[in-house]
Amino acid sequence: MASRNPARPLSPHLQVYKWGPHMLVSILHRATGSGMATVGSLLLVWWLAAIASGDQAYATFVDVFTTDTGGLNILGYVIAVGLTLSLFQHMMTGIRHFVLDTGAGYELKRNKMGALATMVASVALTVVFWLYMGIK
Amino acid sequence: MGSGTAIGRVRGLGSAKHGAHHWWQQRLTAGANLFLMLWLMISVARMPGYDYAAIHLWLESAWVAVPMALLILSVFYHFRLGLQVVIEDYMHGESRVVTMILLNLFTFTLGGIALFAILKVAFSGAPA
Repeated sequence: MASRNPARPLSPHLQVYKWGPHMLVSILHRATGSGMATVGSLLLVWWLAAIASGDQAYATFVDVFTTDTGGLNILGYVIAVGLTLSLFQHMMTGIRHFVLDTGAGYELKRNKMGALATMVASVALTVVFWLYMGIK
Repeated sequence: MGSGTAIGRVRGLGSAKHGAHHWWQQRLTAGANLFLMLWLMISVARMPGYDYAAIHLWLESAWVAVPMALLILSVFYHFRLGLQVVIEDYMHGESRVVTMILLNLFTFTLGGIALFAILKVAFSGAPA
């Protein structure tokens, strides 16, 4: 790593741009990905290991996220909604990346529409998923 | 390979031909993840029950254990590549090397536990 003289000026960065949906979904993609990679992967592995370990271990896992009556507790809601919303947001921005990778969708209006569409779709998919789980 | 400047030592050697490797692997695993995660969400949503016996029975099936193991491989490789980029963006010098080693440790340890758990459940099930 080359050493840097802190006195030298840097080229203009994020602060010179007007904030837009394309910037929001870009950082959301990184944030949701990093969140799922750490919290999500730990919980997925804990869940799988608990299934393999036996019903005692599984009950311990379930207990952390549910109330005595079987419903989700506050932590359960935060984790469940947080992870599903993260998954669907990352999935939708990921699909958007596939489109952008082909060189399409860089026109200002279409790019903004695509960015907004990922957020609408991820919220809709999360609502549909939990409505389905609730109805069952 | 002389003792000249950094640029002088590599000039004329051409590219390492690995420039697109990370990018391409990230895209391939992204495509696999799309299908595998949709399968997981639909499969979990359509499960008949969520008590221990039902979950165990579900994971015993080869139709669940195999895609679940593939999901672990694809998702874990994908997030290792992704977190590598995050580390490269925000960490510098020595701490970058340390975090990168910790990232590998994290990925392989969790991945190993996950695969063992899946296989243990799958092989302990009654033969279909």
